[in-house]
Amino acid sequence: MNILVCISKAPDTTSKIAFTNGNTQFDENGVQYIVNPYDEWYALVRALELKEAQGGNVTIITVGTTADDAVIRKALAIGADDAVRIDAPASDAYFVAMQIAEYAKGKGFDLILTGKETIDYNGSQVAGMLAEALELPYIAIATKLDVAGSTISCEREIVGGMQEVEVQAPAVISCAKGMAEQRIPNMRGIMAARTKPLNVVAPAALDALTTYSTYSMPAAKSSVQLIDPNNLDELVALLHNEAKVI
Amino acid sequence: MNLVYINSANGLSKAALETVTYAKKLGADVAVVTNANAAAEQLATLGAYGASVVLQDANIDGQDPSQLVKLVAAAAAKVGASNIIFSHDLIGKAVAPRLSVRLKAGLVAGAVALPEADGSTKVNVFSGKAFGYVKVNTAVRIISLLPNSIQPEQTGGNCSTEAFDSQAGSSAISVKATKKPEGAIPLPEAELVVSAGRGLKGPENWGMVEDLAAALGAATACSRPVADIGWRPHHEHVGQTGVAIRPNLYIAAGISGAIQHLAGVNGSKVIVVINTDAEAPFFKAADYGIVGDAFEVLPRFTEAVKRFRAAQH
Repeated sequence: MNILVCISKAPDTTSKIAFTNGNTQFDENGVQYIVNPYDEWYALVRALELKEAQGGNVTIITVGTTADDAVIRKALAIGADDAVRIDAPASDAYFVAMQIAEYAKGKGFDLILTGKETIDYNGSQVAGMLAEALELPYIAIATKLDVAGSTISCEREIVGGMQEVEVQAPAVISCAKGMAEQRIPNMRGIMAARTKPLNVVAPAALDALTTYSTYSMPAAKSSVQLIDPNNLDELVALLHNEAKVI
Repeated sequence: MNLVYINSANGLSKAALETVTYAKKLGADVAVVTNANAAAEQLATLGAYGASVVLQDANIDGQDPSQLVKLVAAAAAKVGASNIIFSHDLIGKAVAPRLSVRLKAGLVAGAVALPEADGSTKVNVFSGKAFGYVKVNTAVRIISLLPNSIQPEQTGGNCSTEAFDSQAGSSAISVKATKKPEGAIPLPEAELVVSAGRGLKGPENWGMVEDLAAALGAATACSRPVADIGWRPHHEHVGQTGVAIRPNLYIAAGISGAIQHLAGVNGSKVIVVINTDAEAPFFKAADYGIVGDAFEVLPRFTEAVKRFRAAQH
């Protein structure tokens, strides 16, 4: 089974979020980048588990510049066989998805996995766009994934519940918590990652469809109003009269 | 013309009414396209929220995004849509990106407000820690609207319903089983949420969380550790790896407020935190705080809500 796992870099969860250039650019100063957790913990690890059980190959792909090679090596250290980097800045979700689709076309991947979203732009867009561009079925936000022959079975979230579904390979699946557990790369994996193939591919000529014109920060929260634990009637009155939420 | 996609398989959700209201506020007439076989009389009530016509393809059950994308694309061509609106729920997240590629139209994923004067639209970025303003560079714009971002508004008006054969083909996804708790308020749509964490000490103590939720008419939620150890079902888990919600009121009992939990609830309008530890980080994100034992505070809170409700009647 040949599996393509789409990964993205993302700022570490504890990064300070700030903007520069008149609030038009994310301030990368002092930001530590990691593999987007949904891509790493769920999509990549589940792909590796399937490969270990059934054989095959796991390729990771990202759209980015040489600055992204560190997170690619990290994903290789966890166990991916080889990596592809489309050599262009990731300008928007459409651009990223279409670049990956251009690369994946005709390469015979049985499964294409992504995380359910990135923790920076949270758009949940790339997997669906990729599925449309490759004319493949798409199971969004799956929490379980198994493959038997050419049948892919998933559990997916639906509004207010869960659903068990099946689809025939090849398919695109976005992966969420429940599918696998995080793996910490060992020294052997880290050493091996240095020599695994990283193919740098020139981007296709494509335009982004969207741009971020500016960013802003939420208004600072005023400090908490403490209520006497013996006077819950006061809290209820405040929620009704002041906050107007009940 | 503005086009709205709604799933009417389980009637008209609040999220559906929000999207129709949003499309109306964008200006221009509003057409709605839906799958499933909801009654025409029920769909016609969308007229009050601004829809002038509903196109209904009852042959599509809504399980396969590749069918739904064909349905919405066919409707967009029929009405000449310049804005296409989805709810940013599990269906919208699956279908809107496909439509963006199919129509080569820019997508604003997870809008939290109407577009600004310069045409950009506000979205949450960095898991709710900041806002971004997205500009679409194409003539047709697709927007998926985060639930609870605007209130449904009745402006009055009538709408017609038309059967619509979108020629969307058959579903590639076969459904083997569906698990959905009956009668519960879907968490992403709930306006009031009562949530609890490890401070509750065990699943047998959730009765007082449910009692407060029942008194308020709220949905229940929980923190990640509580779902991980199996005290509560995973679909109740709110936070970075669980569901992100933005209710009007979020009440958290016995949750310390780790950054990953806050990422799932920081869009809430009002946050009440109950914790024995006055140093719990959650108090910094709270509007109202009670330093006290949840085992004592929750039942008193429930009684206070009941007194308030009784006095209202």
